[in-house]
Amino acid sequence: MKLHPMIAALRKHKAGVVLIALQIALTLAIVCNAIFIIGQRIDRVNRPTGLDEGNLFLATQQWVGAPSADTPDGVARLDAMLKEDLAALRNLPGVASVAPINSVPLLNSSWNGSVSTKPDRKFSDKGDNVRTTYYFSDENVLPVLGLRLVAGRNFTAADVQHQGFRDNPPRPIVILTKDLADKLYPKGDAVGKAVYIDGSGSPSTIIGVVARLQVPGSGTWTNNFAWNSTLVPTRLNANFSRYAVRTKPGQLDAVMRTVAPTLYKVNPLRVLDDDSVKSFGDIRAKAYRADVGMAILMGVICLVLLSVTAAGIVGLTSFWVGQRHRQIGVRRALGARKVDILHYFQLENLLIAGSGALIGIGMAVGLNLALMRYYEMDRLPVLYTLIGVIAVLVLGQCAVFVPARRASNVPPVTATRAV
Amino acid sequence: MFGYYLDLALRSLKRNRVLTALMVLAIALGIGTSMTTLTVMHVLSGDPIPQKSAQLFRVRMDVSPDDHFRQGDKVPDNLTRRDAEALLRDGKADHQAAMSAGAMVVVSAQGEPLRVATRYTGADFFPMFDVPMRYGQAWRPEDDAARARVAVISGDLNEQLFGGKDSVGKTLQVGGQSLRIVGVLGDWAMNPRFYDLSNGQFGNSEQVFLPLSTALDLKLSTSGSLTCWGSAPDSRAPEAPCIWLQYWAELDTPAKAAAYRQYLQNYIALQQQGGRFSHPGLAEELDVMQWLDAKGVVPSDVRLQTWLALGFLGICLLNTVGLLLAKFLRRSGEIGVRRALGASRRAIFLQCLVEAGVVGLAGGVLGLALAALGLVLVRHQPTDYAAYIHMDLSMLLLTFALALASSLLAGLLPAWRAMQVAPAVALKSN
Repeated sequence: MKLHPMIAALRKHKAGVVLIALQIALTLAIVCNAIFIIGQRIDRVNRPTGLDEGNLFLATQQWVGAPSADTPDGVARLDAMLKEDLAALRNLPGVASVAPINSVPLLNSSWNGSVSTKPDRKFSDKGDNVRTTYYFSDENVLPVLGLRLVAGRNFTAADVQHQGFRDNPPRPIVILTKDLADKLYPKGDAVGKAVYIDGSGSPSTIIGVVARLQVPGSGTWTNNFAWNSTLVPTRLNANFSRYAVRTKPGQLDAVMRTVAPTLYKVNPLRVLDDDSVKSFGDIRAKAYRADVGMAILMGVICLVLLSVTAAGIVGLTSFWVGQRHRQIGVRRALGARKVDILHYFQLENLLIAGSGALIGIGMAVGLNLALMRYYEMDRLPVLYTLIGVIAVLVLGQCAVFVPARRASNVPPVTATRAV
Repeated sequence: MFGYYLDLALRSLKRNRVLTALMVLAIALGIGTSMTTLTVMHVLSGDPIPQKSAQLFRVRMDVSPDDHFRQGDKVPDNLTRRDAEALLRDGKADHQAAMSAGAMVVVSAQGEPLRVATRYTGADFFPMFDVPMRYGQAWRPEDDAARARVAVISGDLNEQLFGGKDSVGKTLQVGGQSLRIVGVLGDWAMNPRFYDLSNGQFGNSEQVFLPLSTALDLKLSTSGSLTCWGSAPDSRAPEAPCIWLQYWAELDTPAKAAAYRQYLQNYIALQQQGGRFSHPGLAEELDVMQWLDAKGVVPSDVRLQTWLALGFLGICLLNTVGLLLAKFLRRSGEIGVRRALGASRRAIFLQCLVEAGVVGLAGGVLGLALAALGLVLVRHQPTDYAAYIHMDLSMLLLTFALALASSLLAGLLPAWRAMQVAPAVALKSN
């Protein structure tokens, strides 16, 4: 089939052609970027924390009338209370292991700082400091969280210190994540070497390296240090405490229900509310709710957008078919087969959608550049543009099929009938 | 004439129901999504205290020691206790208060412990932010100086603890200490909670307010951002190198605001002379709306959604333009007859626009329903602002204005083309 007569025919309805092409171009631009945003959000939600997330929950509680953590005596009493709680939780049937901890990944409550390979580094020496998040826990932290040790050793009970929440004692040993260790010691020989915490002058020896452990912050502000965690063998003593608990398989719900009564039995002077005992699944769901919501919204917008564009194509093509009723009859009378008429409209649509898609690629890239400038977006990969192009072309073909088939059913006798 | 056009428009729309439904639906979808996101934007970027927002200023400064100062860093939001107390002592503003959020446990009449959110601040807080009192009154500046054991509680907490009765003079048990209640708040909630955006940007006011000096004296726990330049045994100590206090000042006239700006610069210069630091030590005060803008209270996701929705509306309009064009030109014959019978081009143009406007209004009504549905969905989102998203009268009017304007805009080109129909050609081709 020759394109020349088709283009000549299209020039007769410039306005309609331009409108459809423009609509397809805009749809392509928005759909490409929306699908890209969906893809990015899904990637974020699916990144592993490094934890074994099943059978894990977190309990947070606050003591009422607890001693002050600002005096050595108060700290000692708070630590005794913490140990009582730990023992009670450990003795619960169904509990595999328990560790006190200040936060867990995705909880969005974090203690951040920076570590350096050199002592007494100032905050302003940007290059030497690597941002990190501290997890304060004890020797059970690896089995409780399900972290995988890739070098060195775990903490032992003898390594574990305790301190008041606001104190800042020296920290002789730490375990780092592999990401952080590799940043500090790129040769991969971090175990046994020293790091200096928060510009401190006293060294902390790296005794072990774990494969992966995400920081508690789930916002985009943590993107450049999401895997830089430091584990410190210290129980923090304050008027509140957190316990990470790993249960035996399948007993998560049962154990979670017994936590509040058990802790109240140890010491009734405390507050545990509905939000205090949370499974890791809930923590994860809460952290990523906004991302999931955005992905769903984008998905819905894409679908509605494609339907509106499809409806527009159907409407306008139907109109053209009606307008060219007689012309089609003439072609049929001159020997064109039904399939020729069908193909004519299909090809015409491909031509319009194709030129729309070409403009749309430009618009998609432009929109992406604007989004990169004003929002946290990455460069749109070519793949997404291709998916978008194929989507609008297929959409055009599907939308044009019904009116085109109606056109192909115009009987040749129309040509001879007076209007 | 308008009535006649309206009648013609309705007849024409009825003749081709599917096409009409398609156009109405397209406009409704565009309007519905745009209005949903615009309403969220409208609520989030609203002024929480319109009568005073230009007179209230958040004071912030960078007084970090030289070895912590990095050129180009943002000015920290909070002050050290040393600077906050110095500014309070000078008292150059009409009202001023340093403050921090905190949490504590109070014991209810039934003996149940309740965890409550608190605000430690000064007596000026209440007149500065126009806080209404149901019973009693705020504490006086003398109470700040005397570290008086006094508290103001929220209406909600008064309901929970005292059954809503006047509780002035009663006591509140806090960790072995007792605070005398001097006032009970009326309904007061700032959304966004501009005075402290670090502990939830939307939500109810705190339940207990007490003097900052008292809270420091009792070593009550504070919450919120805390940054220190080096180790401090007690980060809340008077000279601790830690920034954690929020500082607000009320300056009633532009002249006073300018004078205050000068005063802050002088204060920084004094610190430099005293050898505290040698960097420029930026100090600035932002009024409420500047402050909300600087803190990005409208989440970037919401902005993105709004732009997407407007783009979506644009596509729906293009769609409507195409369909109207098809519809009007299909009626070339009819238009030709009307033109031949003496209708002017203007009359044809107006007739077409009335038809477009009818489609727009119908789209607007349906769009409003869709927007209401969209807002229900937004309210079910797990965001702290969800509960405050409502459509007000101005947004309602905007919905119809937007629907009408966009459909008329969409009708312009098709109406123009329809009016150009040459009567002779149209009649002959029929």
